[in-house]
Amino acid sequence: MATLRHQQEKLGLDTFLRGLWEENPVFVMLLGMCPVLAVTNSTMNAIAMGLATTFVLVASSGLISLLRNLIPKQVRIASYIVIIATFVTVVDYAIQAISLDLYNALGAFIQLIVANCVILGRAEAYASKQRLHTTLVNSLGMGAGFTVALLALGTVREVLGNGTLLGFQVMPANFEPWVVMILPPGGFFVLGSWLLLFAYIRQRQDQRVLEKGGVSDAR
Amino acid sequence: MQGESLGFIFLNAAVVNNFVLALFLGICPFLGVSAKKETAWNMGLATLFVMLVSSVSAYGINWLLTELDLMFLRLICYIAVIASAVQLVEMFIKKFSPSLFRSLGIFLPLITTNCAILGLALFQTAKEYDFLQSVVYALGAGVGFTLALLLMSGLREKLELAEVPAVSQGAAMSLMLAGLLSLAFMGFAGLGGSHG
Repeated sequence: MATLRHQQEKLGLDTFLRGLWEENPVFVMLLGMCPVLAVTNSTMNAIAMGLATTFVLVASSGLISLLRNLIPKQVRIASYIVIIATFVTVVDYAIQAISLDLYNALGAFIQLIVANCVILGRAEAYASKQRLHTTLVNSLGMGAGFTVALLALGTVREVLGNGTLLGFQVMPANFEPWVVMILPPGGFFVLGSWLLLFAYIRQRQDQRVLEKGGVSDAR
Repeated sequence: MQGESLGFIFLNAAVVNNFVLALFLGICPFLGVSAKKETAWNMGLATLFVMLVSSVSAYGINWLLTELDLMFLRLICYIAVIASAVQLVEMFIKKFSPSLFRSLGIFLPLITTNCAILGLALFQTAKEYDFLQSVVYALGAGVGFTLALLLMSGLREKLELAEVPAVSQGAAMSLMLAGLLSLAFMGFAGLGGSHG
């Protein structure tokens, strides 16, 4: 980060896909955990939260990228926060106008998007250095990755904890819901299990690479 | 909500609706700096201080913005005040204890994006607490945050001596632990009032 002139990234499919899998904000970088755990007790909440965060992420990254040469370095964090807070206020009022039920279900967590480290992290690490179009694609990818992570938690928790998916009954009638899954501890357990699964997949991959590479490379 | 006693507010914020384990606020520092007991303790105190400062400021700002009818600026003002309070604490710690400053590292400036603090300001506004109630609420939330951090760090120090499968080391293990802690804290639910 010492150099002043940053390499401008070429626009490609990779710019988008990176946020979705390789650098997934939740599963790989462990950022923005609070909303991930708090609002995923139903699939609907997870979708709404994912879309709201994606909108704020894309809009604020775009604006920051446009203004990147105008914002003085010393006050950049404060400027980013103010820009993000502006867009969050927009989303807050928009959701309130569209669906009051949803607004009440998400509670303070819409306004707390301001404090989501994924967004500030993108602003600092990417948008402040890259051109507009790559920034937009990259933050769209990150937003998609975030939404996918929310969905991964939301569906599991709703199916196990309530026996429903998006409000429809999916489990057999004699299924006893695991109430703990929609309560706070369930959030920790489900996210922990997902991380465990990904760690296992990665370990398997590493092992396969080692076996292919032969004994001389492995040791 | 004027009828709530101060003791009830404190207890509610500290254990029943613990900010970390029941409301999921401030998970990042909770997982990030809970590896050692001492760091956890200091981080807890720093957060407690920022919470008190921002709670008092948020009360003033809310009053002013309501008078001026500028409610839509609330979020922006809150976050700006919190950012300055964090800056203050950072300068203070850097001056008086450079070693602590180093051990907290990136998590000190990141208190700004600690949702527990912004959440506190938003909750106390939503609940329409008066001045004294707000301060007690902030105190309770800070104590609850410190408590959660300390408990977690104690568990993690013990866990270092245990043998766990390589796959589950790191974040996955911490989350499972947090889940168990959260389960334990649900036992307090009978003590308190409504959720949130």
